[in-house]
Amino acid sequence: MSIIRRGIFLVALPLVLVVLWWLATRQDTSFYWPSPHRVWDAFVQTWTPAEIRQDVLPSVVRFVLGFLLATVLGIGLGVAIGCYRGLREAIEPVLEFLRAVPPPVMIPVIILFAGIGDGMKVLVIFFGCLWPVLLNTVEGVRAIDPVLRDSARSYGFGPYCRLRRLILPAASPRILAGARQSMSLGIILMVISEMFAASNGIGFTIIQFQQTFAIPEMWGGIILLGLVGLVSAVLFHLAQTHILRWYHGFLRSQRKA
Amino acid sequence: MSPFSSTTTETARGAAGAVPRRSGSASRLLARLVSALPWRPVLGMLAFLVLLETLPHSGLVNPRYLPPLDRMLTALANQAGSSGFWDALGATLRGSAIGLAIAMAAGVVVGVALGSSRVLCELTTSTVEFFRPIPAVALIPVMVLVIGPNATSTVVLVAYASFWQVLIQVIYGVQDTDPVAYETAASFRFSRLRTLRSVVWPSALPYVWTGLRLASTMALIVEITGELVIRSPGIGRQIALAQSADQVDNLYALVIVAGLIGVIGNVVVRRLEAKTLHWHPSVTGVER
Amino acid sequence: MKVAQTMTDGRAEMSSSSGGTMLDLVGVQKTYAGKRSFEAIRDVTLSVRAGEFVCIVGPSGAGKTTLLRSIAGLQSISGGEVRLEGSRVDGPPEGMAVVFQEYARSLFPWMTVRQNIALPLKQKGLSRHDIDANVAEALEAVGLSEDHDSYPWQLSGGMQQRVAIARAVAYEPKVLLMDEPFAAVDAQTRADLEDLVLALWKRLGVTVIFVTHDIDESVYLGQRVIVLSNSPTEPLEDLAVDLPSERDQLTTRMLPRFAELRAHVYGQIQASKAGARPGDVQP
Repeated sequence: MSIIRRGIFLVALPLVLVVLWWLATRQDTSFYWPSPHRVWDAFVQTWTPAEIRQDVLPSVVRFVLGFLLATVLGIGLGVAIGCYRGLREAIEPVLEFLRAVPPPVMIPVIILFAGIGDGMKVLVIFFGCLWPVLLNTVEGVRAIDPVLRDSARSYGFGPYCRLRRLILPAASPRILAGARQSMSLGIILMVISEMFAASNGIGFTIIQFQQTFAIPEMWGGIILLGLVGLVSAVLFHLAQTHILRWYHGFLRSQRKA
Repeated sequence: MSPFSSTTTETARGAAGAVPRRSGSASRLLARLVSALPWRPVLGMLAFLVLLETLPHSGLVNPRYLPPLDRMLTALANQAGSSGFWDALGATLRGSAIGLAIAMAAGVVVGVALGSSRVLCELTTSTVEFFRPIPAVALIPVMVLVIGPNATSTVVLVAYASFWQVLIQVIYGVQDTDPVAYETAASFRFSRLRTLRSVVWPSALPYVWTGLRLASTMALIVEITGELVIRSPGIGRQIALAQSADQVDNLYALVIVAGLIGVIGNVVVRRLEAKTLHWHPSVTGVER
Repeated sequence: MKVAQTMTDGRAEMSSSSGGTMLDLVGVQKTYAGKRSFEAIRDVTLSVRAGEFVCIVGPSGAGKTTLLRSIAGLQSISGGEVRLEGSRVDGPPEGMAVVFQEYARSLFPWMTVRQNIALPLKQKGLSRHDIDANVAEALEAVGLSEDHDSYPWQLSGGMQQRVAIARAVAYEPKVLLMDEPFAAVDAQTRADLEDLVLALWKRLGVTVIFVTHDIDESVYLGQRVIVLSNSPTEPLEDLAVDLPSERDQLTTRMLPRFAELRAHVYGQIQASKAGARPGDVQP
């Protein structure tokens, strides 16, 4: 029963919205706001498997590359910085400043170094995604419970064991929160970098549609972008649920105490 | 005679009528000053600035791509002298602020409504989760077509992007209210509005501030993006202009300005947050 | 786990093995440097023989925890030496296990009970087979064989502390350090846990140093009770507890000798709070 109920709740509002959209565009005269079936037709016609391979794949690959690089480096550096109080205190202000620079601003700068090819886009995504992960990792490592640290020390855990069994698991909620932020940021940067200078990609395609006034196709592209974001959010959520399967119960027990 | 010692001598003489050990109190004062100085962060920043200055000069990094710090600062000083810069700065700040304000107002209202009603929340979850990942930048083409390539488009985008940050946090905050607090309010027969005001809102306040912090970061990013891509007036547009005119020094100077806006905005929000939340037991701080 | 050996000899083993010195504190001193230097421990000199059960009591803020952490090597000392079986303690030595007061925070929440107990053994380098055997025995000894696949936060407070004790015991330490382990536990659970510690001590022949603020507990559990002065800490008195070694929550606590000892310790604590130092004339 509850599955049916959940299913109804899942589709109820979207259905209502689509119906309203269809009703509002029944005249089909508005140029900028096409009716649902026109957008649907454009969507299906545009995003054929060949098209997906040509435009969606490069975008996604660039995003994943930039995001993974940023995550790995962010965690690595973050753990190193978080473990040494002196280093952390010295470096933190610089990191906070670099983080505060709005990533899109770095696009013209990175174009100087890296031109306008794939490398530039991956670098832009990397630069934007690095800071949330890095700073959250530093904070997560710093905030490890001192009693846990003492337990590890008193039982003689070596550095590698401490890293794998204490530091990374303890900081993982914080790290994942940072990764979530950087994922959203990464998608934004993926699109912007393509709008700026590209020859393929989802963002590039949307701009092309806009410039040639192919409005239903443009909306189709936007919806596709939303789907990409949705899929990545779902995948992240699944990964997070698995990695943090101990965390919710733990938090709840802390609350009760 | 050092300035310290003369001062202390005079005041001490005046107060106690006896000659104090001048050097003792002076060195103690100096020692206190030195130990109070956060020398590690200062050293870190200095090292970074030195690096920025010497790397391009040494040739390790091509100065065409990364000019040395002094050239960046000179360009920055020149910018500060031109009125065009200040107009652009004002435009950026204005756009971010207006968009952020709209997002906060809408986000809080909708967030409280959705957070307090389980039914409403369940109904809207799928829709929110669908719209939320659509990056504001994806809507740039739409805004340009419908509203035009101007500041209004950018503000609308800022509001759209920041809205989701606020909404999510407010919903969490409202839902996170301690059930015991609810029961206490119920046992005192609080009206629904009163409960919202006196129980739910204070409890959700840390989340609201987190939302504000995340939203203000987003607002600045989207504002500058809009200025970069749409060329609405602001620092972003100045950056795009500097880039197409190949004025590398100006480009970096403006990047520094953008960073400073971000930092100052962050600091301001955090200070305000600390002030208003000084009574609240510290939240774990894990941003969702 | 080397249980069988001690069990056959029982108490005879206890008294004869209490020959060798296990732990030596010589002039231990701890001063916290800083804007205002604070002398936490002034001069602690004492010896603990192998297999002894020593309780350390003192008023709040007397530096009991600081002393225990110094013994455990978790904290550096400013002067003097801590020696475990003759060798100096620099950092946490192998051969010591600590049970902390905050049991919930000392267990790793992302690991199950079994994994928590097994991890120090992996560190020690035991074989898979030995690890499994030790874990199973430790769990059985504390009465938690059923819960090995639960996460610590799924268990009650008393059970979590049992897990921490099992972890310490499975490690087969020479010295078991317990830092007010039952302070955060309700009274009934505390009684059970006290008896558990006594049973484990008898079974394993391990040396126990038990820090507590609970006077009754210190007399009930210990063979020796060391009363600490106020800070800067020094041992005020080293009291031998001449109660029968078979301790029972009901009968032992009703003995007149128990009441005498308890009253004496209480008096010492009051004196300590009032600022008594070693060497002052004691009533």
